[in-house]
Amino acid sequence: MSNVFILADFSGDKVSKTTAQLATVAARIGDVTAIILSANGKGDALASSLVGPISNVVIVESNDFAQFGVAACADGLGQLVLERKPVALLVASHAFGKEIAGRVAVICESGIITDAIDVASDLVATQVIFGGSTTVHSKVSQGCAIITLRPNSIEAKLDSATPVIEKTSLTINESAKKANVNSTQPPIKGGRPELTEASVVVSGGRGTNGDFSAVEAFADSLGAAVGASRAATDAGWYPHSHQVGQTGKTVSPQLYVACGISGAIQHRAGMQTSKTIIVINKDPEAPIFELADFGVVGDLFAVLPKATEGIIARKS
Amino acid sequence: MKIAVCVKQVPDSWAEKKMVNGVLDRVNVDAVLNDLDEYAVEEALRIVEAHGGNQEGGAHSVTLISMGPERATEAIRKALSMGANNAILITDPALAGSDALLTSKVLSKVISDGGFDLVFCGTESTDARMSVIPAMISAQLGWAQLTFAGSVEVDPSSSKVSITRVTDEGVDLMSAQFPAVVGVIEKINEPRYPSFKGIMSAKKKSIEIRDLASVGISAQKPWSQVIDASTRPAREAGIKIIDDGSASEKLVNFLAEKKLI
Repeated sequence: MSNVFILADFSGDKVSKTTAQLATVAARIGDVTAIILSANGKGDALASSLVGPISNVVIVESNDFAQFGVAACADGLGQLVLERKPVALLVASHAFGKEIAGRVAVICESGIITDAIDVASDLVATQVIFGGSTTVHSKVSQGCAIITLRPNSIEAKLDSATPVIEKTSLTINESAKKANVNSTQPPIKGGRPELTEASVVVSGGRGTNGDFSAVEAFADSLGAAVGASRAATDAGWYPHSHQVGQTGKTVSPQLYVACGISGAIQHRAGMQTSKTIIVINKDPEAPIFELADFGVVGDLFAVLPKATEGIIARKS
Repeated sequence: MKIAVCVKQVPDSWAEKKMVNGVLDRVNVDAVLNDLDEYAVEEALRIVEAHGGNQEGGAHSVTLISMGPERATEAIRKALSMGANNAILITDPALAGSDALLTSKVLSKVISDGGFDLVFCGTESTDARMSVIPAMISAQLGWAQLTFAGSVEVDPSSSKVSITRVTDEGVDLMSAQFPAVVGVIEKINEPRYPSFKGIMSAKKKSIEIRDLASVGISAQKPWSQVIDASTRPAREAGIKIIDDGSASEKLVNFLAEKKLI
């Protein structure tokens, strides 16, 4: 059986949900080897918290990864790909993952496909492009198939993994040590899930008039992440890091709730592939209703608080 | 300082984009300078302006580098009218539909031959949205990668460049010696509008056109290819109700039916 690499995705000491999703897709193609690039002494703990259909784990520990960032990680991963020749390498589709994938493509002279929402056993990747209007199937035709997979696109198999764990060491090339990370400040995390990883996203727009409390309370009743339209972030009502849309984040959750958002193409581009879409808007003509599986023409400040109560009541 | 800025002409965000034979139709669509590249042009200009400006014959210059069809000169003129000195457009029929790896090879060759100290890029193009080219150029050239920059500081006397890297992973302070590839995010600045004088002088600025042969790269098969592209069926609008006081209850019932709660 062919060998497929996934790059274990983690933040701090915590393996992300995306890693099991990568493993699930990779297992269709061949035997899955998860690569862990960690700081010294951190690899074993990460390996033991992996879940999903993973046969092998290769741990590379080096403090160069933190000191030299993306370039050093890509250099280490590229060396492993060149040496062990997997048919494919799957990486999480976020800023860090995409940059690593891009650099590994250069190191290994391989084709790269980003933002796949699915990959079939014959390595054909599915992407949704142009703001959700077009579906594309692509394939890497030369080299290792380097594909970044959008978080939450597929349902992960969460079987407990009992992989064979191997530790290896390698020397990061000087050419990957040109930029220094002098200090790192982790993001300030609230209690809510990450926007791009969340299975439910509740977003607010112009209709909130700057008051996100109803949106946030509704999101919390669903365990959802909070998003915002560009109008809301540009007005300073909500942080830019929560912007959903063409120049912000692309999300594809199981449920997307758009509150007081008109649905400009800029916003639709970032949420159109959500599985189920609920819309609450006072304006019956708002274009966002074209996407809604369930649309309410009404005031979000009237609808959301009662719906929040209703959900909490059902849960208790 | 010699600064290069990678710019791309893309279909207007509002325009309907179509795939023809696996390649984006760049002919029958309104095209503009990629929004996110304007921030890179602006930042490069601000940096040279802070160190004496980029007037002809001076110590500093800003050169635009672009790859695309010949009509990309329209987008390049806009960036020239913001204040860049000159431009190089690599255009060749063999480049239509090129993938990220080929694009990074071509751009890197032109950058490496140009003797630049710094290359500025936007974070992504609004058409392909891969967000990998700055990292790939850095890997091709073996230059420092300073991407997702929310702020940039350059000290020409010590050839040092520092950035704050802003991503979901947090904020990193990073630094490197020249040469370096700097990718900027849209929060970094407010790009200027071209002035009338800028627009007039841009008409006289040089756009050097190069084909693949003059770049010194032979035509190559792309490393990744589109097999097929199809328009997604429009989402069918579902239930739409007008709130008469019972909408929240119906909404909760809908969530329960769909097993979302």
